[in-house]
Amino acid sequence: MQLTQKKRRRGDLLTAAAVAMLLAVMAALLYTGSLTRQVTNMLIPTAVYIVMAVSLNLVVGLLGELSLGHAGFMSVGLFSGCLVAIALTNTALPLAVRLPVSMLAGGLTAAVFGLLVGLPTLRLRGDYLAIVTLACGEIIKNIITNLRVTGGALGLNTAAIYAGAKELLPYGAALVLLTVAVMLNLKRSKYGRAIMAIRDNRIAAESVGLNVTRYKLAVFVIAAFFAGCAGVLYGHSLANIKAAAFDYNMSIEILVIVVLGGMGSVPGSVVSAIVLTVLPEALREVADYRMLVYAVVLILVMQATNNPTMKRFFGSACKSLTPVRKERAAL
Amino acid sequence: MTNLIQTLISGLSLGSIYALIALGYTMVYGIAKMLNFAHGDVIMVGAYSGIVAVAQMGLSPWVTVIVSIAVCAVLGVVIEFCAYKPLRQAAPLSVLITAIGVSYLLQNAALLLFGSQQMAYPTLLKLPMLTVGGVQIDGITLLTLAVTAALMAALTLFIDRTKLGKAMRAVSEDKGAATLMGINVDRTITLTFAIGSALAAFASMFYGMTYVYIKPTTGAMPGIKAFTAAVFGGIGSIPGAMIGGILLGLIEQMSKTYISTLWADAIVFAVLVVVLVVKPTGLLGKPMQEKV
Repeated sequence: MQLTQKKRRRGDLLTAAAVAMLLAVMAALLYTGSLTRQVTNMLIPTAVYIVMAVSLNLVVGLLGELSLGHAGFMSVGLFSGCLVAIALTNTALPLAVRLPVSMLAGGLTAAVFGLLVGLPTLRLRGDYLAIVTLACGEIIKNIITNLRVTGGALGLNTAAIYAGAKELLPYGAALVLLTVAVMLNLKRSKYGRAIMAIRDNRIAAESVGLNVTRYKLAVFVIAAFFAGCAGVLYGHSLANIKAAAFDYNMSIEILVIVVLGGMGSVPGSVVSAIVLTVLPEALREVADYRMLVYAVVLILVMQATNNPTMKRFFGSACKSLTPVRKERAAL
Repeated sequence: MTNLIQTLISGLSLGSIYALIALGYTMVYGIAKMLNFAHGDVIMVGAYSGIVAVAQMGLSPWVTVIVSIAVCAVLGVVIEFCAYKPLRQAAPLSVLITAIGVSYLLQNAALLLFGSQQMAYPTLLKLPMLTVGGVQIDGITLLTLAVTAALMAALTLFIDRTKLGKAMRAVSEDKGAATLMGINVDRTITLTFAIGSALAAFASMFYGMTYVYIKPTTGAMPGIKAFTAAVFGGIGSIPGAMIGGILLGLIEQMSKTYISTLWADAIVFAVLVVVLVVKPTGLLGKPMQEKV
């Protein structure tokens, strides 16, 4: 037991170190100017998607509840945070103050919305919760589209706070590291074990005295907070944002990243977020067919990972190669 | 008053379309315990098949109806066979992601074949405007209502009275026991997909004749709304899907007329949230029982 825990901790450190290394390498490449324009433009969206995927993984992987409204929380955070940031541009504060403050503001607003949405709905289960989160995401989209302060259907003009990848990368990297660290620590903590116990058997968890509603709500709020922060970062990398972009399709996109990366697996979410953000760009060569290829890949991956023969093959391969990783995958 | 009646009638017609789609969702959910996210896109394919049959092949309206139904039913069965059947034992989320993949596949295949520009759905049937006591009713609206009512009655009879219907009910209740009773579960699931998709073909025709313009993403929003309707009525319940669909259509049309077109979607979804919060398994859904 002691040994496995040590191994797990080592695995966590390895994950965090790998993410930090990757970010450092990207930063080094970016600031020495050796990245192409295409790659540079993808840095911030990739960081945003990593944060979105890891935070959704908290809900889907750790808590075991299907949420289809994650983009809604991102949208709430994005618009509120960016409005704060735009208001702050007049105060002549540097980006180093402006961005963290607006990120915090956006994250907190999203967290409040997470609480508001979660409080009445989290007693629903399974597909009912999925459709309610989807509905809440659509309601949020509809409200933001119809509000005047957020620019209505034309979208919010964020040219005033727009910043390039070079300026935003440190903040993006910090946010990614923070999210990964929080998720890894939470998973190994008393609270994380409680959350996973609720996922595995709610009634049993309740009977040993866990307050299911409170844990569920906490997970929901934390995930919404990070989605909001990621939204603010994303807003800074665009010159104009429309609420319509943050619909259920985007929530589904993030869910796809989480599922392909592996439920509850942090490194899985990170890798899958990178691959799935880069893949459609890389497929630009075959522009017309790229979404078709993406769809086919999605279906085939699901068929392959659920194929008993393939599973046995990969299972034995994993066991012989890396016992530690196999164990983490089983978690 | 005339305004109210007109709104109610168009709400009913929209609701019938939702109900037809919702039936496909709820039947598949009841039997295969999966959310078939690609169901909305089957409608889009049905609509395009109608356009191709009339505009490019010059078929008569009646043949077009049959072609649309056949195309959708076959598509439903093929999707089930290729994508969902290998995943019978898989985790529900894997099946959900596969369904999303199929949905993307259909949308993008249509995008490649027909382009992103919208196409007009042909007028299959020329029906006059009816005026009853100052209320103007489109012939298509009445046709939609009549056909939907007939289809629902037929479906209810089929499920309640026939052997195949009985098999479907048995499979949805307990797959293992149904197998032991000699019911071919796979064939029953295939049949369910065929019926659900054929109903989607009817929905595509009424959608096409009412809203005319079709593009590759046409199926997405009605699909989501119908899914909402199915959950609203209690997913897995056939009368629930009918009632849910019609109520949703009425609510949407009423809020469009009396409140605002811009807020209609938010109102529809807000009503859903409220209903589910009050009644967590939908209007007619069975309460879930849990065992440790």
